[in-house]
This record gives sequence, structure tokens and C-alpha cells, in this order.
Amino acid sequence: MIEWAGLAVSVILVGVAVGVSALLRLRLERDLIVASVRMAVQLALVGGVLALVIDADRSIWWSWLWVAAMVGYASDVAARRAPEVPGLRWLALGAFGVAAVVTMGVLFGLDVFPVDGRTVVPLAGMMVGNSMTATVLAGRRVLEEIGDKRDQVEARLALGQDSRTAARPYVRAALRSALTPQIETTKATGLVFLPGAMTGLILAGVDPADAVKVQAVVMFLVLGAAATTTTLVALGAASRLFTADHRLRLTLTADP
Amino acid sequence: MTRVESEPAIELDDVVVTRSGRRVLDHLSATFAAGRITAVAGPSGSGKTTMLRLVNRLSLPDSGVVRFRGSDVADLDPLALRRRVGMVFQRPTAFPGTVRANLAEAAPDTDGTYAAALEQAALDSALIDRDTAQLSGGELQRVCLARTLVTRPEALLLDEPTSSLDEDAALVFERAARALANGGTTIVWVTHDRAQLERVADAIYEIGRRT
Repeated sequence: MIEWAGLAVSVILVGVAVGVSALLRLRLERDLIVASVRMAVQLALVGGVLALVIDADRSIWWSWLWVAAMVGYASDVAARRAPEVPGLRWLALGAFGVAAVVTMGVLFGLDVFPVDGRTVVPLAGMMVGNSMTATVLAGRRVLEEIGDKRDQVEARLALGQDSRTAARPYVRAALRSALTPQIETTKATGLVFLPGAMTGLILAGVDPADAVKVQAVVMFLVLGAAATTTTLVALGAASRLFTADHRLRLTLTADP
Repeated sequence: MTRVESEPAIELDDVVVTRSGRRVLDHLSATFAAGRITAVAGPSGSGKTTMLRLVNRLSLPDSGVVRFRGSDVADLDPLALRRRVGMVFQRPTAFPGTVRANLAEAAPDTDGTYAAALEQAALDSALIDRDTAQLSGGELQRVCLARTLVTRPEALLLDEPTSSLDEDAALVFERAARALANGGTTIVWVTHDRAQLERVADAIYEIGRRT
């Protein structure tokens, strides 16, 4: 356990960052202080609410409600990050929802973790948070691929291919580029960097062997979730670029 | 295939197309005879490409009717229609991979379909396993023609297919198209090239000439 005094002392490190900024005239001092204070306040608030939600005496349904809220919020963030992708809010909502059912189903249905507020909320948070970037990337890449290769897509349609078949090579390329960063991160885990969950557990005094097992499950969770969400979003986004009678829409982007 | 000279293969009847507030086709009516090459000429922006795209339903008109073999294309299955009415675009749209992979995007190779398509497109059959990245512009455009022919279309829409080719490559393409028309294929050929128009056209349709 970290003492309040220890936490206060660690603020010195923010001071170092502010000092560097001042010394080099980066004019980031104000941003650094605002970001640090904001982070601390947000974490305190979330920590307080989480303590209530995952309290052992409280119904597990509060935890699931929290997960549902996270999924809703994440889809809103995804839509705001890539407003040009048509219908991304609903696509992401569906994709995160399905990914939550699949991943939570495996982890809890097969007794990898006990169903408990302490496991449900953080694991779902890991799942949603880590697959968000890949999801946004998948939506954007589908739009770019099909937009850039419009001539080829229409040539495929002109051969009598249905829109799903015509879009497939470009959806595939988009998915590869959306998933590659996550795969590279997974490859480098343990060698290049120690992931946050494992570091946190070790700092909190958990046996490193146990921390490693938990982290491995989290990485598998993130990979599975990223693959699920990106596939659903890429397929969904691609289908919105075509009409029901297999024509490529004249304007591919949504009005932001 | 039976060649019926009097029957129009393609008809556009009072077609209007508006894009971004601009009238691209303004009450256009035209007929294209079966088994002939009809060249479509007209200034840039006169809607030649738009007109072609209406025939295979890559685009829809705001009003008016487009018919293929007497049927309103709006009533036909668009995927089946596009296999009956092939299209070759202005720039070669070869897909990455071999010529064979390109042809396979149209249909599987049954009863020597690929060999026949390559021959009709005046391509050496030895090229079939060549990567399209290694082909010249003229060869690429004829790969696109061969790919279209794999579906055995009754009509071909050619959207300035030789505009990016040198003269020799254009002449090879023209001969291939002529042989197809002689075999009964209806061809609508958009071109800017007056000399080409004189060489290839059985009939000429002028679009966008407002007097």
C-alpha cells in the first residue's frame, strides 16, 4: 500500500516535468499541471464510485451496469474520434457489446476468474479501453481503403460481384492495419515493456508469477476483443458505403 | 448469338441525372443497336461516362428509363445485369496478382473460358501466370477486357479504354473490339479521339451538343 505522503512526494516528478518545460521554454507548464490535477481528480472520483460498485455486499448487477455504461461511453468516444465514418457510434456500440459478451463469457463462463465486482469491472475496462484505438482505426482504414481504391471496387462491381465480395480485399487490408499495432504490442510484452496491470499487481505486493498469469489473460482478452470489435466495425462500416442494389455511394464520408 | 440488326440492345429514354446541383444529363434519349459498335462522342463533362454507368446500374438516373434488351434495368437483378453488360474503364483497373487471379475475380475457369477470353482480348495465353505489375499499359487494359469477357457479356461499355495507351496498343485494342462486335457483341464506346471514332464506329452518337 502506498501512503498519502508517498503519493505527495511523487508529485515531485511532475515538478521535474514542469521544470524541464520552463527550462527549455516549451510553454507546457500549465498543460502539465492541469493534466496532472485533472488525472488525480478523475481517478479519485472513479476510485470512489468503483469502491461503491464493487463492494462485496453490493449486487453484482451494479458491476454489469457499470460495464454497460463503459460500452456506451466508449462507442460515443469512438464516434467523436472518427466522425467521418458513417454510423460509427452504433457500429461501435454493437461491436463493444458483442466483444463484451464473448470475452466476459469466456473469462467468467469458463471460470478463469470468479464473477465478482473486483474482476468484472476492471477486466471489462481493459477490454473496452484497449480495443477502442483498433476499432477507430478499423473504421477509418475501411473508409480510406475503399475511397482510395474506388476504381478497383467499381471494377469488381462491374464484374457482377456483390458489394460484400467487392469490398472484401479492402476490408481485409483495413483489418490487418488496425490489428497490427495490437499484435506488435503483444509480441513486445515482457521484453520491451512491462504492462500496466502486471506492474500494478507487483507494486501492490502480488507474487510476480501470479501477476504474470493475470497479465497473460488480460493480453489474450485484449487480442480477442480487438479482433472481434475491429471485424464487426470494419464489416459494418464497409456495408454502409454501398447501397442495397450494390452500388458504391457517391459520397463515402458521413457529415461530421 | 443471333445478330438482330433492327433491335436496339440499349435504350435511354428521357434520362435526367443531376450531380451536386448540376444537370449532367438533361432529358437524354438514345438507342444503341445490337451487335454494332456505337461511338459516343462529346465534350468533357457532357455526361458520357455517367450515361455508360446508367446502363449497368453503377449509377441511377433521377428520372427516365434505361432499357437493356427491352427490359427496364431498374427491374433487373443488378449483379446479373452487370454480367450481361460488361464495362472497361478509362484507366486500367487490374487487381494485384496474376492475370489468372484477375480473371478468377469474374468467374471460375470452365471449358477453357480463360483461354478464350485472352484470345478475344488479343493477349498471349502465356501471360496468364504473369503478375499484372509486370505488364505494359496496353496489356493491362486488355487484361481488364479479358476479365470482363470471362462473364461472356452480351454488351460492352468501353469508357475511353485507350486514352492512356500508345497508338499501337490502341490499335490492338480496337481490333479486338471489332472482332467482338463481328461476333455479335453490342459495344458502346466513349472516345475523344476523332480518328479512332472514324476507325471503329458503325454508328456515332453525339452527346452534349447544344445548338
